[in-house]
Amino acid sequence: MTDTVTAAPARGILDQDWRKILNYGLLLALAEVFIALANMPVALDDFVLIEPILSLGYMSLLWLPLILGFSIGSEKVLEGITVHAKGLREVVAGACVGLIGGASLSLLTVLIDNFNLRDPLVNWSPQLLDLLGFDQGVGFGVGIWLAIGGGLGLLGGAMHLITPVARRVVATMALAVVFVAVLESILSDLSEDLFLEWLVDWVYFIRGGVTLHGSVAVALLAGAYALWGSRAVKGAKASYQALEGIERKQANKIGLAGVALLTILMPLVLGKITNELLANVGLFLLLALGLNIVIGLAGILDLGYVAFFAVGGYTTAILTSPNRGDSWPDWLPQLWWVVALMVVVVLAGLTGLFIGAPVIRMRGDYLAIVTLGFGEIIRLLFLSDWLGGYTGGAQGVTNVPGVQVFGLATVRGTDPRAVFYLVAFFCAIAIYISWRLEKSRIGRAWMAVREDESVAEAMGINTVNVKLLAFVVGAVLASFSGAIFAAKVGSVFPSSFIILVSIVILIVVIVGGMGNIFGVIAGSAVLIGVLGGPRQPGLLQEFSEFKLLIYGALLVWMMLKRPEGLIPNVRRTRELHQDEFLQDAWLKGQIDEGDEGGDGGEVAPA
Amino acid sequence: MTTAMKAKAAPRTGVDWFLLFIKSVMFFFIITGIILFTLQQIDPGNPIASRLNDDATGLTADQFEGLVIAGLSQGAMYGLIALGYSMVYGVLGFINFAHGEVFMVGAMTGMITSNKLNDAGAWENNFLASMLFVVLLSIVVSTLTAVIMERVAYRPLRGSPRLIPLITSIGVSFFIQNVSVVLLGPGAKSYPVLPDWLAKKRDIWFISIEGTRLLVMCVAAVSMVGLWYLVERTKTGKAMRAVAEDKEIASLMGINVNRIIVTTFAVGGAMAGVAGILWGIMFRSVTHTTGFLPGIKAFSAAVVGGIGNLNGAMAGGLSLGSAEAVAPLVILEPWGVSGVSQLRDAVAFSVLILVLLVKPTGLFGERLSSEDRT
Amino acid sequence: MSGERLLTINNLSVTFGGLHALRDLDFHVDEGEIVSVIGPNGAGKTTFFNMISGMVTPTAGEIIFQDQSLVGLDPNQVTARGIARTFQNVRLFANMTILENVMVAQHCRTKQGLWGALFQTSGFKREEQEIREWGEKVLGFFGTRLVGYRLDQPASTLSYANRRRLEIARAMATKPTILLLDEPVAGMNPIESEELTGLIGKLRSEWGFTIVMIEHDMGVVRDVSDRVVVLDHGETIAQGSYEEVSTNPDVIEAYLGRPAEEAS
Repeated sequence: MTDTVTAAPARGILDQDWRKILNYGLLLALAEVFIALANMPVALDDFVLIEPILSLGYMSLLWLPLILGFSIGSEKVLEGITVHAKGLREVVAGACVGLIGGASLSLLTVLIDNFNLRDPLVNWSPQLLDLLGFDQGVGFGVGIWLAIGGGLGLLGGAMHLITPVARRVVATMALAVVFVAVLESILSDLSEDLFLEWLVDWVYFIRGGVTLHGSVAVALLAGAYALWGSRAVKGAKASYQALEGIERKQANKIGLAGVALLTILMPLVLGKITNELLANVGLFLLLALGLNIVIGLAGILDLGYVAFFAVGGYTTAILTSPNRGDSWPDWLPQLWWVVALMVVVVLAGLTGLFIGAPVIRMRGDYLAIVTLGFGEIIRLLFLSDWLGGYTGGAQGVTNVPGVQVFGLATVRGTDPRAVFYLVAFFCAIAIYISWRLEKSRIGRAWMAVREDESVAEAMGINTVNVKLLAFVVGAVLASFSGAIFAAKVGSVFPSSFIILVSIVILIVVIVGGMGNIFGVIAGSAVLIGVLGGPRQPGLLQEFSEFKLLIYGALLVWMMLKRPEGLIPNVRRTRELHQDEFLQDAWLKGQIDEGDEGGDGGEVAPA
Repeated sequence: MTTAMKAKAAPRTGVDWFLLFIKSVMFFFIITGIILFTLQQIDPGNPIASRLNDDATGLTADQFEGLVIAGLSQGAMYGLIALGYSMVYGVLGFINFAHGEVFMVGAMTGMITSNKLNDAGAWENNFLASMLFVVLLSIVVSTLTAVIMERVAYRPLRGSPRLIPLITSIGVSFFIQNVSVVLLGPGAKSYPVLPDWLAKKRDIWFISIEGTRLLVMCVAAVSMVGLWYLVERTKTGKAMRAVAEDKEIASLMGINVNRIIVTTFAVGGAMAGVAGILWGIMFRSVTHTTGFLPGIKAFSAAVVGGIGNLNGAMAGGLSLGSAEAVAPLVILEPWGVSGVSQLRDAVAFSVLILVLLVKPTGLFGERLSSEDRT
Repeated sequence: MSGERLLTINNLSVTFGGLHALRDLDFHVDEGEIVSVIGPNGAGKTTFFNMISGMVTPTAGEIIFQDQSLVGLDPNQVTARGIARTFQNVRLFANMTILENVMVAQHCRTKQGLWGALFQTSGFKREEQEIREWGEKVLGFFGTRLVGYRLDQPASTLSYANRRRLEIARAMATKPTILLLDEPVAGMNPIESEELTGLIGKLRSEWGFTIVMIEHDMGVVRDVSDRVVVLDHGETIAQGSYEEVSTNPDVIEAYLGRPAEEAS
């Protein structure tokens, strides 16, 4: 990829870094045993990926040896490094790693057969033993896991032998099959209104899972795409980027219209469950967009963000429900949702100011904990007997009516499609706000504060006001989400507004990509849509036991390996990888040191 | 440095006025609450106090003593956990949000071992020996958890922007909690019954105290003395203080900075493990969320006492523990707030906010290297 | 060349925990002057700048700028009154583009808020246009280095000397009356610093800024200063023209007994 990297011939098979192999192997062993004892294989066994050969349960044990078998052989290519050609050495290393991982499962099989540790480890069960032994007995299990582990590791290592293009094709094929299997419910839902049921019946097995011929077809299609289709997409992207001025604006408009049209039309052909799912994604997207302004643009780590969601939800419920607490005076009217929303916006903004003012001058990390404290205080107040006369305490506020749209219709939780449109409308507003603000005087001030607060202050920015404004804008967006949530669910309880919600939104923003609207959208779709929200089921309902575990692991992994998120903001990437970036640039001689030497001789330009 | 000087200047902006207003209201609320409480104690039916809260009966001396003891023993536990937060903050300058989870791991390990010992009959027959075993094993497991955490999640991030390790530690915390859920199940699990001679109430001088609470305070005191000895009197402790002051210069002086950081995590983890066992014998019940609230409160205790300051951490724990036990009844109840015990946690967080507003460096002053102060 | 009195500082003192960083300092700047503040390391020069720009509040004394006191103002208010600074250890907004760096510096000179940005009012568009034009103009002061394709590159891609230049441009963008330059040529090679010396002269003659500058490079000090103030241990030990100061025995002693000419 660059000229500072030196190529070298492949090393011998036994010229291995055995310590690294052992480390990878033990890591794999630990992970495999953990996955087994976390009950993933058993709990996910009913979710069939490819009928009749592969379930998601077995898949949970099989993917890791493959990945680690590959990654033991891969090196990070940095400037100035000598890179050896790949060969059988990598295959052997992969096989060794896989073998250690497989051995751990064999050992686990034997252990489960002989000891009973069910007391602390709840999943130390006969079902797990049966699954590990493929219902063929312990001896078979021991042997087969060694073989599977070694084989998959070998396969992973062998990926180094093929060209990068071929590797991409293989990976796309495998991912596509998994993807199609996971999306089964959405795709079959879609097919009903598009008269494509015959196709779905052919691809999917009747009780779930992709059929063998279906998976072959999907894999072939995906492979073809990876070979030829992706080039066409790249070409289109390049020609879009080549556009300038008005042409580019027109292209943007066409794209925007397309997305809008899709958003309007898609729910019409989708069923209830899928629409419900989309509505949930939208609610969290709205929260994430708000948090993105606070943390992504202004750099304030607010862990009590759920407080504003709660204020939005409770205010709406109290103002619209006939069933609110008894202590309210009689003159407090029962408002329409839209009217209540005005009050909600004002109250959320005030709450933002109230919470923001004390914390805004604190160190960033203290601020995080104190906002978390505020989030908890607000929930405890809603829960308390003290304010129970107003908020209903643990019973919450129920009978929240839906959203009356100018007396024409009422949007309620029973009609997820309508809720989705409502949420989409507010998400569009939030996206517009984020987009416009980022490219404005205020957005620039936020970024300056994020970069270096004291310099921003010295350059004439009133940092306190600017940060408070970020807090308030974030609070208002969260309160929109709360207001819709109350109308959708028809009730609010303190238990809907736990700290967990804050943390899940934080994970969505960070995994998606801080400071990037597309990243936040992708993060919400992938995490909330596929895995599910704190209480809301996602596409993979079978995953509900594990989703929080996966969230936590994902957050750590992201921070360590890809702190810029799935779809990064270019600036943040630089900030987070500055050292590497500078080193690379230096080695390439790109940094304009040379240029200085060049114009050093010139007289100062007049 | 600059913030301290700014605080002295007269309020200028709207935000300053607003904060002054909040502070005044909070102080008014607290002081009036205490005065009302005193009036109530003198005469429960007195006209001012009973207007605000006509059910008020005041507290008996025994009740008050019970509250204070409960608060102090709870606070001693917060103090033990707070030491870990404080030490890590002092050395690395970030909040290890997952430290509460180390405490939970200690409590869980204690639960598993003590139940196993109970099944084997050792818990009843040979309580002291089995208790010692349980404590040692908990310390080992918590220490390992803390050290692995540092190695896997925090070491690669050293030197990155300040909030990055904090966010990572939130992920670690979330992960450990849910590892506990998937491996051990989500429900609450209980410790075996304690022998009667330990649990019964005792009269010492003029106070009567439950044996378990007495044990908690003794263990906390012993751990504190041990830690003090380690930090102030040993070579390792000197190295720790050097690393806290300036990592670069410490390493130039021949100190292995990585090893000292690991030691810091290990010592903090061990303290959290001890606290976990104490939690177990005091409340006899643990769940995966056991570490979350005590963890945050312990961090608050560390801040209240002055972060980086070990004596401050213990003192902060004791103050926070007694404040959250006593304040609801002494300050909130006289104001006519009902169901005050539900607001304990809210009181704890309010203490944190108040301390940060009034004296951001904590009651006993923070001890941080200059780079961590900004 | 000097006009009316712009900045007057009387009896300025600051102590950090018993240590006198500055003691009873008197200082003044007239309109159109270029004043250099010199002194050995630790003399309190940067603290002096920090105090004028509001980052440190003095323990005693007064700072009067255009007949109004600056003591107790926040840094952003000081900048809004018309005093902008650069930093000794260049502190740019490294991940913002070069143009954004100078655009954001005009924050206190502009006023469009949420409303304008959300509804793209004509006032907002006009102001954005003005911000941009002024930003490009101040960048253009340094020739072609900071404009053109560079405008949209992050500041972190710049070389050291260009970062220093951008920092000056950023301070200029705040439309100040007085520019405080903290070691503007530190780390530059002789050719670069000679060029910058010329530019500092232009900052006054073409742009009308009054300049207070901390500098170690005596060549630069000699070439541009109308007046030189020498600080040592937080006190003024001499002031006057470069020639007067450089022959002052106290100054020579402060610089470890070496004549100031040789120290350069």
